[in-house]
Amino acid sequence: MSDTVTQLVIKGVAPLGEKPQDLYVADGLIVDEKPAKAEVIDADGLVALPGLVDLHTHLREPGREDAETILTGSRAAALGGFTAVLAMANTSPVTDTAEAAERVFDLGRAAGLVDVQPVGAVTRGLAGEELAELGLMARSHAKVRVFSDDGRCVHDPRVMRRALEYVRAFGGVISQHSQDPDLAGPTACCHEGELSGRLGLPGWPGIAEETIVARDVMLARHTNSRVHVAHVSTAGSVEVIRWAKAQGIDVTAEVTPHHLLLTTDLLGGYDPVYKVNPPLRPDEDVAALRDALADGAIDAVATDHAPHARHDKEHAFVDAAFGMLGLETALSVVSEVMVTSGAMTWTDVARVMSQAPARIAGLEGHGGSLAVGQPANLTLVDPSAVVVVDRAESASLSRNNPWHERKLTGAVVATVLRGTPTVLNGALV
Amino acid sequence: MKKHLLSIDDLGVDDVTTLFDTAAEMHDVQNRSVKKLPALRGRTVVNLFFEDSTRTRSSFEIAGKWLSADVINVSAKGSSVSKGESLRDTVLTVAAMGVDGLVIRHMASGAAAQVSQWTDAVVINAGDGTHEHPTQALLDAYTLQRRMGSLEDKHVAIVGDLTHSRVFRSNVLLLSKLGAHVTVVAPPTLMPAGVTAWAKDAGFSTTYDLDEVLPEADAVMMLRVQRERMTGGYFPSAREYTVGYGLTRERLAVLKPDAPICHPGPMNRGLEIAADAADAAQSAVLDQVSAGVAIRMSVLYHLLAGEGSAQ
Repeated sequence: MSDTVTQLVIKGVAPLGEKPQDLYVADGLIVDEKPAKAEVIDADGLVALPGLVDLHTHLREPGREDAETILTGSRAAALGGFTAVLAMANTSPVTDTAEAAERVFDLGRAAGLVDVQPVGAVTRGLAGEELAELGLMARSHAKVRVFSDDGRCVHDPRVMRRALEYVRAFGGVISQHSQDPDLAGPTACCHEGELSGRLGLPGWPGIAEETIVARDVMLARHTNSRVHVAHVSTAGSVEVIRWAKAQGIDVTAEVTPHHLLLTTDLLGGYDPVYKVNPPLRPDEDVAALRDALADGAIDAVATDHAPHARHDKEHAFVDAAFGMLGLETALSVVSEVMVTSGAMTWTDVARVMSQAPARIAGLEGHGGSLAVGQPANLTLVDPSAVVVVDRAESASLSRNNPWHERKLTGAVVATVLRGTPTVLNGALV
Repeated sequence: MKKHLLSIDDLGVDDVTTLFDTAAEMHDVQNRSVKKLPALRGRTVVNLFFEDSTRTRSSFEIAGKWLSADVINVSAKGSSVSKGESLRDTVLTVAAMGVDGLVIRHMASGAAAQVSQWTDAVVINAGDGTHEHPTQALLDAYTLQRRMGSLEDKHVAIVGDLTHSRVFRSNVLLLSKLGAHVTVVAPPTLMPAGVTAWAKDAGFSTTYDLDEVLPEADAVMMLRVQRERMTGGYFPSAREYTVGYGLTRERLAVLKPDAPICHPGPMNRGLEIAADAADAAQSAVLDQVSAGVAIRMSVLYHLLAGEGSAQ
């Protein structure tokens, strides 16, 4: 990363897909005067978005640096158009102290490609029993605001209640992996439904998610606190979230790109690349999630990027690791599913992939507009580019890519972090 | 016939007929004093069992040996995860020794299908989790056909823990394929998720009421109840299960006198099947075991003796 390029002229770009114009960048900000000495980016036909923000990634460092590191995950994020990502706490050791959070934060800054913002664990060691040092993480220089035991549900209602109450002191939010572990066996590995019945796979019913979402919005109301529903996957959860928002409850929600397109039918061949938690659901859930994203009931898209070493996926289906890659393909999937279909505009994409996630995470300097004076965190998208995903061509260390060989319309061409390009012409700078 | 036998869905009706015809010939071999046939001489079959099984493993072993194959049993008990080796590595290690056929038993659904993606060897599913057990279904249907003639329009009841039964899943596919009307019977907690939609689509029936079905049944197939289901909250007690879903002495009296009674074994006498029913003249339990060897000889023969699999 060089800091020498601080002045840009982005020629002929369409901010949020509207009328093309030139955008000027100097000293890390969007400016109104054309800089004298500037690198010119020919952006004819491209759409400019505020830099994308991902509320939900797993960067695996520390602990599983064979699957991903903060550096390789940052590369994948930059290529995917992100300027900030939130790194989940389920590393080894867990991000449940100020020191651990600062280390993730610092490694992210050292990589310098995206702002890596640590998510703190809600409970010590993700054990679901005692609160982690939420306040110390908040006061650390990582300024942790989002707390999650992601991968596990904060199941004990007493613990969830206290967590929600406690984070009010510093404007925190609990991002919940909504899944009642008692409503499915410990080996649950897919959506419970007709297909799981045929395949003989133990599943999670949709209600294992929905009952927790329902409980949590009531707890949020009771505590006057803020809850975020991570990776919503069912139509029933969407119903509950709509209801809660209508009551004025402070609830937000995210959906992953894979839950917007992939369905449980893909499990017919028992390929663990499609094993993910929450599981891929049937068509009717996918349709409800798309509608909810378009009309705002779901606030944000978040990748749940979950790299795994090859050998952790080459087990029998029930034994294989959960999760799939997502950082490099997220924008293309959203473009394909929501924009190409006409369900959303690029303004909407900016809302769900940049502004809302930055707001939910309390991230300063991200998720702004493209107005003069704003930090120059930018993503340039070619809305008509057709990409065929090749899992071999990935900056991630892992290859558990469910999008392999899939054709998607819309691609990230360039990413700019505080005025400095991290990606140009679809490649890392 | 397809290269592998992973699911009953891999077989057409013609394939089943072929397998049964050959099984009948093999069955005759079983009654000879010298039982060896040279059909698979020089072929190596590995029984790769990740889960304990006495009858299926020995049945495959005898079948392979009577066909003159070199049969090796590899017990890889426990999941590969707990050993730190991936399933793929375990399988490739075994296959690299020069194996023509892999007979695989695994506690995970789909394992055989996954294995078939990784190796050139012929893969035969000897039971994958709660998914399928195709040779069990073949031997069940073969046994029923020998007893009843054609299965066309015959009414077969499958009773018991459907959720956790690979025997049920393979049998419902095969019996339906052969023209039988299948009714599956279980308490709601032991019905697989989405079974109503599946039944509608696949053309079988479901009921919670065994007594409604039994007088009409031309054959009845009782499934084993695993002891751990009782602690899993699927039903309150063994006593209550037997009253609702056991083939009791009283129910035996209601059953058609010539209706075969099948059970894949091992039986929980007194739980899902009364001793009187297990030992009744109409019980087909031991016929099933003997048919098992003939069916597995037939499967091994067709998948491994053909020119397509010559290596």
